[in-house]
Amino acid sequence: MSFTTAKTPDLHSVFWRGFRGGIPFVFVVGPFAVLFGVLATEAGLNILETLAFSVVVIAGAAQFTALQLMAEEAPTIIVLASALAVNLRMAMYSASLTPYLGAAPLWKRAFLAYFILDQSYACATVEYEAKPQMTLPERLAYFFGCVAPVVPAWYLCTYIGAVIGTQVPDSWALDFALPITFLALMAPMLRTPAHLVAAFVSILVSLLAAGLPYSMGLLVAGVLAMMAGAQAEVIFDRRKPAP
Amino acid sequence: MIDKSDLWFVIIGLGVGSYFLRFAFIGLVGSRQMPPWLLRHLRYTAVAILPALVAPLIVWPAATDGMLDPARLAAAVVTLTVGLITRNVFGAIFAGALTLYALLYLLG
Repeated sequence: MSFTTAKTPDLHSVFWRGFRGGIPFVFVVGPFAVLFGVLATEAGLNILETLAFSVVVIAGAAQFTALQLMAEEAPTIIVLASALAVNLRMAMYSASLTPYLGAAPLWKRAFLAYFILDQSYACATVEYEAKPQMTLPERLAYFFGCVAPVVPAWYLCTYIGAVIGTQVPDSWALDFALPITFLALMAPMLRTPAHLVAAFVSILVSLLAAGLPYSMGLLVAGVLAMMAGAQAEVIFDRRKPAP
Repeated sequence: MIDKSDLWFVIIGLGVGSYFLRFAFIGLVGSRQMPPWLLRHLRYTAVAILPALVAPLIVWPAATDGMLDPARLAAAVVTLTVGLITRNVFGAIFAGALTLYALLYLLG
């Protein structure tokens, strides 16, 4: 891929700066991918199926959600709807990257869309905000730099997890690895009172609606919690004194 | 056990759907402005869905046939508390796992 422009910025160094920015995320993604590999093989998937999941879907939390619901024998439509709901935040990332990368040719946008992840989004937007003078080719180089260490680690660690999967003994209580991991991922997201309101409504409704057929409680709780969070944000913002 | 044809349907459906969510704005919407109400709702998707997925697993764990389990409940509380205070994902996982194993051993 060539990024040559009139002034030919040093795109290699920008790419490697992005690469270094992406490295810390490998330590988050790696163990998460190993865990997915292990749990997927324990649920009866073979190595190919497990790896296909990570390559095709490339979204950890949604993959765990789908796996959990399939193991509970929820209807396929509920599995898809719930896992996609977990991934709705990707649309938000896509929207907030658009001012920075939206001017790229369509084929480049179509290509980079696959690589919009929690990690690449976090890595790239921090840089874009700090350096508003970056050119479009530099922004693209930085984005792919962030992605370069993270995505191979995601594939490779899924594979490692799938290979060691069935050898993990029951005494490790791995059934609870999923709740602990999700709680740990969730806690830092609870930044504002509105986020706390959303999480609280989510917990309350999911427990009250647990008896709903076809695992629909998750979707009901998710939608209500999303609306509660958005509404709470409006109310809290209104109370803030005008600047 | 997971049905294999369902599995591939889920993998491909979820792949296509997830790709579309990623492509939607940067590919189709381009530089047009998003309505603020939509962005406001999207901001809360993760904190709306993840707790709803986890809460029943904590209160009614499959490993204990749906009986509330003190070790698992305590591990969940510790994970969330450490995560809220330190904002450190690894620290929270480690503290939660330690609590779980310690209590499973002591109460075991």
